[in-house]
Amino acid sequence: MMNAEGGTSETLSLDDLHASVGVRSGRKHVLSILVENKPGVLTRVAGLFTRRGFNIDTLAVGPTDDDAISRITLTVDGALHPIDQVTKQLHKLVNVIKIRDLEPGDSLARELALFKVTVDGPRRAEVMQICDIFRGKVVDVSKDSVIFEVTGTTEKITAFDEMLKPFGLVEMMRTGEIAIARGRDET
Amino acid sequence: MRAVDAIMECLKAEGVEVVFGLPGGANLPTYDAFVDSEIKHILVRHEAGGGHAAEGYAKATGKVGVAFGTSGPGATNLVTPIVDAMMDSVPVVFMTGQIRSDLLGTDGFQEADTIGITMPGVKHSFMVTDANDIPRTIHEAFYIARSGRPGPVVVDIPVDISRADIDYEPVMEVSLPGYQPNVEGNAKQIRQAAKALAAAKRPVLYVGGGVVLGDASEELRALAASDRFPVTSTLMGLGSFPSEGPQWLGMLGMHGTRAANYSMDQADLICAIGARFDDRITGKLDEFAPHAKFIHIDVDPAEISKNVPAHIPIVGDVKSILPHLTSEYRALGADSTRLDDWLAKIESWKKEFPLTYTDTDDNEIRPQYMVEAVYEATGGNAIVCSDVGQHQMWTAQYYHFPEPRRWINSGGLGTMGFGLPAAMGAKIGCPDQDVVLIAGDGSIQMNMQELAACSQEGIDVKVLIMNNGCLGMVRQWQELFWEKRYSHVDMGDYPDFVKLAEAYGATGVRLTDKSTLVDDLRSAIATPGPVVVDVRVTEEENVYPMISPGMPARDMVG
Repeated sequence: MMNAEGGTSETLSLDDLHASVGVRSGRKHVLSILVENKPGVLTRVAGLFTRRGFNIDTLAVGPTDDDAISRITLTVDGALHPIDQVTKQLHKLVNVIKIRDLEPGDSLARELALFKVTVDGPRRAEVMQICDIFRGKVVDVSKDSVIFEVTGTTEKITAFDEMLKPFGLVEMMRTGEIAIARGRDET
Repeated sequence: MRAVDAIMECLKAEGVEVVFGLPGGANLPTYDAFVDSEIKHILVRHEAGGGHAAEGYAKATGKVGVAFGTSGPGATNLVTPIVDAMMDSVPVVFMTGQIRSDLLGTDGFQEADTIGITMPGVKHSFMVTDANDIPRTIHEAFYIARSGRPGPVVVDIPVDISRADIDYEPVMEVSLPGYQPNVEGNAKQIRQAAKALAAAKRPVLYVGGGVVLGDASEELRALAASDRFPVTSTLMGLGSFPSEGPQWLGMLGMHGTRAANYSMDQADLICAIGARFDDRITGKLDEFAPHAKFIHIDVDPAEISKNVPAHIPIVGDVKSILPHLTSEYRALGADSTRLDDWLAKIESWKKEFPLTYTDTDDNEIRPQYMVEAVYEATGGNAIVCSDVGQHQMWTAQYYHFPEPRRWINSGGLGTMGFGLPAAMGAKIGCPDQDVVLIAGDGSIQMNMQELAACSQEGIDVKVLIMNNGCLGMVRQWQELFWEKRYSHVDMGDYPDFVKLAEAYGATGVRLTDKSTLVDDLRSAIATPGPVVVDVRVTEEENVYPMISPGMPARDMVG
């Protein structure tokens, strides 16, 4: 029914109109947000999420190649929140320059994690073998502990976490995801 | 040049005529600059009064209002006006003093984290850390406050920064890479909307405060006149369409007319123009306008599909979109007779369910009658301000606003105490117009102190207190929804508003006689200077009709 060129007398039936926005996508969204590098900008972004009742799953902030601009990468659950409402509210922040909702197929996402495990004797070899499979690195060793460094997708790190748990995981640190668009285009 | 003199230069360049404020330690340098400045300053008695006065000025004139306060309590007293301005999209620049930069974060005397405290309630805010940034920051603040969807902007300046000397050069341009407020409506969407209007058999134009803010009243009237589209308005949009004639449905929402709410309930197409589907409009969201498709025109893309999914969203300035939509609609040559049944239905609702109240033969003044009397005494031509509560709803129902910017009240935040300072600001912005405030006896006491500013500055506002001796709207809800278990709503016979008015240097009058009310109001309004009229009205009177909270519109009561 929609006539892109317009100007004709083609009529429209109200029954053919559909509201297409405001729906929940049901998946995780990675938002890559360029912001002005000014005091309080992260508070504005975080405060907006609190105020509107949106939940941030992960958050990573870092510099870009331009000193005046920082990048915030955050993940939001699109099953809980209408993602277009999240991005539209973010756009209203004066310090937010650009937002890209990275499609999983068109982008690469990585997270870094550090795991501290208490192991000694024969179990140490076993746990280091698992680390190898996950392409992790041993970054610290003591008499009764090992620290592994692993990078990868959120799913991979969660899987590694599951594998390590039986060995006596002392603690784990995760950075939250950062992501970049595939191909020549800028994120 | 002293940085503070540069502030005055910037205000002048922005066309600022008046600042409402109160000095204190952290903005002493700025106040020194007022001594030699041409900019008028009104000394308010409480910073909240200054903030609401700036809002009233902005709402009446369409210009940016300006309010000053000092650090700490000065700034925290501004929080209510700031959030009020955010909720009603009022362009106001709030400039606050801050303690010395080297003391920041040490809990210094009168230190408050103004930027942090106000952050959730501002359109944007600036903390100035370099005196040379002051001119650019001020211009950016004004630009952000007035453009796109207007709103409050806070500029916080530490006292040592404002004491500095700078090389002042006028700033002509702003650079805000993340802020592009001016959007042209999408032509394809506008054409689609015109076709939808042409296809609709039961259309309604639902207009909100955005039409007033966007100065698009003429454009709205032209669209409505392009066919016989029925028009309803939110509380904030009143006056953008004349409150009379066959196309006017009356206000919609919780205390709207049955004709307006039933029309929304039965409509097949609702064209929302600068309105945001607030819960006071929709009632129970799941059952709101169950048969309708929605065109939604708004300058703020985040409003589109926030509460109600839009079928045809149009983002942009109403003033440019509406003429485009009107000409597209006219070009379609739609057959107007398709609306005959719909307009007949609406006419029957209007006849069957007019706004009405029970008057009595005694001399007691019904609150609704008081509003009708004010309408008569002012010829319907005054700028009418109100506070928040029953009197506000009755004024919205019974004072028929012919033009936009004649009705000034606090809608979104519902701030009691808004009225008197807002009326001050409106009178200063529009000195040639009559400004009356219809206040509640509860609300007026929340910023009563500004009567002193009115008397001192000769600000000619007429304060008409609808005095029922109680917090009327709360009393109504306790009566209807809490089994008449009245809890802390009785205000007694205090204060004596006539004596209080006189103490403040204003004229005080008490009116209790219905038979002479119109004439008495007329002479009170004609009395020079600020006047307080204590009108005694029926205590137990409810605002009807009413959509009970969480109920659908078709279940209106009363």
